[in-house]
Amino acid sequence: MGELRLMKGNEAIAEAAIRAGCDGYFGYPITPQSEVMEYLMVERPYETTGMVVLQAESEVAAINMLYGGAGTGKMVLTSSSSPGVSLMQEGISYMAGAELPALIVNIVRGGPGLGTIQPSQADYFQAVKGGGHGDYHMIVYAPASVQEMADFVQIGFDVAFKYRTPVMILSDGAIGQMMEKVYLADPVPRLTEKEVIARCPWASNGRPMSRQHNIITSLDLDPAGQERLNLVLQEKYRKIEESEVMFETIDCEDADYILVAFGLSARICQKAMNLARQKGIKVGLFRPITLFPFPKKEIHELAKRVKGMLVVEMNAGQMIEDVQLAVGCDIPIKHYGRFGGIIPTPDEVVKALEETIIGG
Amino acid sequence: MEEKFAHPELRTPENLVYKRTDLLVDCPLSYCPGCGHGVVHRMLMEVLEEKDIASKTIGVNPVGCSVLAYDFMNIDMLGAAHGRAPALATAIKRLWPDRYVFTYQGDGDLAAIGTAETIHACNRGENFTIIFINNGIYGMTGGQMAPTTLPGMRSSTSPYGRDIDIMGHPLKITELIAQLPGTYYVTRQSVQTPAAVRKTKKALRKAFDLQDEKKGISFVEVVSNCNSGWKMTPVQSNTWMEENMFPAYPLGDIKVNGELVK
Amino acid sequence: MAKIKGDIVVNIERCKGCEVCLAACPFTCIAMSEEVNSKGYHFAMKVNDDCTGCSNCALVCPDGVITVYRAKVTVA
Repeated sequence: MGELRLMKGNEAIAEAAIRAGCDGYFGYPITPQSEVMEYLMVERPYETTGMVVLQAESEVAAINMLYGGAGTGKMVLTSSSSPGVSLMQEGISYMAGAELPALIVNIVRGGPGLGTIQPSQADYFQAVKGGGHGDYHMIVYAPASVQEMADFVQIGFDVAFKYRTPVMILSDGAIGQMMEKVYLADPVPRLTEKEVIARCPWASNGRPMSRQHNIITSLDLDPAGQERLNLVLQEKYRKIEESEVMFETIDCEDADYILVAFGLSARICQKAMNLARQKGIKVGLFRPITLFPFPKKEIHELAKRVKGMLVVEMNAGQMIEDVQLAVGCDIPIKHYGRFGGIIPTPDEVVKALEETIIGG
Repeated sequence: MEEKFAHPELRTPENLVYKRTDLLVDCPLSYCPGCGHGVVHRMLMEVLEEKDIASKTIGVNPVGCSVLAYDFMNIDMLGAAHGRAPALATAIKRLWPDRYVFTYQGDGDLAAIGTAETIHACNRGENFTIIFINNGIYGMTGGQMAPTTLPGMRSSTSPYGRDIDIMGHPLKITELIAQLPGTYYVTRQSVQTPAAVRKTKKALRKAFDLQDEKKGISFVEVVSNCNSGWKMTPVQSNTWMEENMFPAYPLGDIKVNGELVK
Repeated sequence: MAKIKGDIVVNIERCKGCEVCLAACPFTCIAMSEEVNSKGYHFAMKVNDDCTGCSNCALVCPDGVITVYRAKVTVA
């Protein structure tokens, strides 16, 4: 059944979390994502579903509350924006090491440093390559609409528990702030304590004397043990790369040129693609939806059939490195980016395509 | 080995008056000889055993000497990042309100890197217990200066003694958090004598009893020795602690039933 | 005449020889062994018959290596 509503992207995240049966939200205000917590505080799910909502004293505390909640097997969520997510890297690395499921939303703004409050995609490397210390990945979803902001909450929780791993929704200030209609699924009840214990036998939530005590940690002082943990993680990432890749292609069948873009940039590229086709240039769009796992195989196959690719990002060239690694044949791959909070226009994209790929 | 003064005939179950609780895992503790951590671990586990709440208790241990506390306490545990234990415990207690939750933290963890998490968890009036081991030094990393290192006290990063003009003052975090409306019971104890151990156990018992009342943080500081870090024998370090630490960190209740003890 | 008599059992392998129990014993019943355990520590041992099983040694022992027994015995 569900329900159709007009909402901001940030609000859609919050509403979807309540409906997904999320147990707790822990966050700290930062523009442009504060609506997530504001929405939750207005809705007061703690009085309806029993979901805990808490404003932490910092992003450092928020991510460690997430670590605590996730370590007991509960479904927990935090959201922040770039400078705040930088502060969270410690906790994310610990969660990856302790194999804890949790959902982290980054409504990206321009950096580095305090940067700007305008939208950006400059946290691609941080999200996709690890961000914190140690060899780890998160599964990273890049929504391109308010609808996907809502959808990826449930999907994100599902894969987080399936693989016992932190998952990130990497969006940006524009999608967080824009209003669109969104279809919201019917609420599912939160798991009971019994169900939590059954789903997460590894979690530390009180030891019945029938089992050994559970320990949540990322520490192993024995190098052989720590290497074993790393191998387990690497095997998990291999499985994720095998099974969880998501992407979208538009008009790639007859295309000579491909625009590769994620999130907001992909929306702009869709318009740019139409403009280019009006000019007689056969352009298709390839949109990675999961940034880790990256759709390597699909881009590799596509590259064999086209004359060139333009990677469009709101950063100085980050995802292009993964595209280059994936392509593996000799076609021109160029980057067009605006940064610091500037959103590229479709005209700029077409011009860049003409100048750097077709004419280049 | 011949035990000259042994009385095996006395060693019967009905004559047993004290044995290490089974809630401590049957393995050697990783602490230095004479370190107070082991005593606090044991008193804590005895309290859980006597209250019969081991299966309903979730512990959070820190980074520091007690980073491996989860190996020794036979209950469900989470190892926090350095200083973040109160953040974990906050979420755990709110998500599992009928569980008994505690953090176990050292002075560097609680009063330096984790000051914000400590103060805000205390100020929110979270309903868990904080156990704070104050030995005035960073033990695990090799005896560096801690927030609670005394003026003039030597450490590997204050080799000529803590010069307060350069290194600042020791932080009396326990007095500080006692001022916060979210703390309900704040006490400072020690474990170097049998009487002190009994008092510490009583304080821990009270702290866990208070979790039932949901009136805020119960906070038990234990002033402890670090004979390795202080470069003394265990017995010397206990004497030094009584003569030097106790005047700076006086023992006793600081806040009871939400009221400061005058 | 009835008398309280105590006995302690030291887990020799777990004793780290810190000597904290010596200071806690009201009757000077404990001293350190001449020998060492497999870790190289001298360990606590009972050296006279004055033990009353008061448990002070066990309470302060950081490693919890002391088990205490206590009984009323009749002496002639």
